[in-house]
Amino acid sequence: MLTIQEILETIKMIQEENLDIRTITLGISLRDCTDPDPQRCCRKIYDKITRLAARLVQVGEEIEQEYGIPIVNKRIAVTPIALVAEGSEVEDYLLFAQTLEKAAQAVGVDFIGGFSALVHKGFTRGDRLLIESIPEALARTERVCASVNVATTKTGINMDAVAIMGHIVKETAALTADRQGIGAARLVVFANAPEDNPFMAGAFHGIGEPECAVNVGISGPGVVKRAIENMPPDADLGELAEKIKKMAFKITRMGELVGREAARRLGVSFGVVDISLAPTPAVGDSVAEILEAMGIERCGAPGTTAALALLNDAVKKGGAMASSYVGGLSGAFIPVSEDAGMVRAAAEGALSLEKLEAMTSVCSVGLDMIVIPGDTPAATVAAIIADEMAIGVINNKTTGVRIIPAPGKKPGDWVEFGGLLGRAPVMPVSRFSPAAFIARGGRIPAPIQSLGN
Amino acid sequence: MGTAPERIIVTVLGKDRVGIIAGVASVLAEHNVNILDISQTILQEFLAMIMIADISQCTVDLNTLKERLAAKGRELGVRIDAQHEDVFLYMHRI
Repeated sequence: MLTIQEILETIKMIQEENLDIRTITLGISLRDCTDPDPQRCCRKIYDKITRLAARLVQVGEEIEQEYGIPIVNKRIAVTPIALVAEGSEVEDYLLFAQTLEKAAQAVGVDFIGGFSALVHKGFTRGDRLLIESIPEALARTERVCASVNVATTKTGINMDAVAIMGHIVKETAALTADRQGIGAARLVVFANAPEDNPFMAGAFHGIGEPECAVNVGISGPGVVKRAIENMPPDADLGELAEKIKKMAFKITRMGELVGREAARRLGVSFGVVDISLAPTPAVGDSVAEILEAMGIERCGAPGTTAALALLNDAVKKGGAMASSYVGGLSGAFIPVSEDAGMVRAAAEGALSLEKLEAMTSVCSVGLDMIVIPGDTPAATVAAIIADEMAIGVINNKTTGVRIIPAPGKKPGDWVEFGGLLGRAPVMPVSRFSPAAFIARGGRIPAPIQSLGN
Repeated sequence: MGTAPERIIVTVLGKDRVGIIAGVASVLAEHNVNILDISQTILQEFLAMIMIADISQCTVDLNTLKERLAAKGRELGVRIDAQHEDVFLYMHRI
């Protein structure tokens, strides 16, 4: 039998500590939609998405009501469009982005991911067309998310793609200059991109995935923060890790329950629970504040990387016990604009781009939702991407870059995206140029794994 | 409600006063919901009451029942929530 304490704990986690399910994402394979006629291909895509996702939002809301757990986002991820569109005789993939937008609108989801290409070892014609279409596609849609995988541990880093992505990121921001460059917030460059990631903007439905599957992303930084605050101030770090593990277990169980129930009601497979702690701009729902609760005066101070490593590992240990199907990115997210604690740390100068990069070596996602000056050269953007890809490739982990060169903005200015994307100060970038390095192009070879360091 | 298990957990949190249990019980009775167990604690002047109830014969769907309970809660000046039992079982039991 349940105890009163357990029941009250659950109620408190939901009502006071912002425990929620961050997202349920329906992954849909579009591999059977290829067609030489682009119009017919798009019609197949639209029909398939709207058929399979027709009840997604409704089922999500039903579960929210019955279980009393908020599900913040209901989203869709599809097969990387470069793979689907390549069979069509057309030179511009904007049409496909607009089709995704229409389908997303029809079923009522706020984001659809999968305007994507995987080019870690090289480009096909379709990959190039997709990448070239990204700026226009993101400027002329509101729900479509794009990602490009440019590196893996097995293949190394496609530096030609990295160099191109420097330009694409800048162009995407420039085309949405009237909205502070928000287009770039829907574009991620990845190393080792997971195929089952439910989190935007990097979600796509990988080619090893089933026809249709539900993946769940949990949230819960508020719950972990509160648990740490309630421990005695002299609790040692082993005790902290133990506590975080237990909380992660409980949060993940909730995700597993919601995911299985959603899959059952939609009649599709249950994929994974992504056990990432995902912050929201709400006060108290912040990963940075967890680190500060551990005893780091301000996120970004020396010790931050160690604290984050402890947090991340403890979450994985607790989460892995709670669900047998853990996947996606599964680590703490450290987006700047979406995390009230990160924003404060950046504004106060405690947190720099370089420290964020160091932090990404011990957690998932990478440089996320960082606003940099609009006049940052494309080569510098590419080099920031290259550094982050190197961390992912060498350490055999996923990393991504979602960076916004906000047009016309200078360090110290603020950019306001609104909603879950939040607001952030423009962070300074090194003024020294990597242009000659980036201009070399080619592929950085895959690293050797047997002589570990 | 399909094939889902049929038990819900009703929680009442707020300042204690006369008539809270009667109020909650009457809403449940009106909709043919059977109360299986009640436990409550008073923390200083605050009441935390937990009811386990069977909704298999409930005359309305769970959302409607939740709304009725919440409305009764507003009338009584307390917060009433109803959630499916699975949430609690899943979270705390392996």
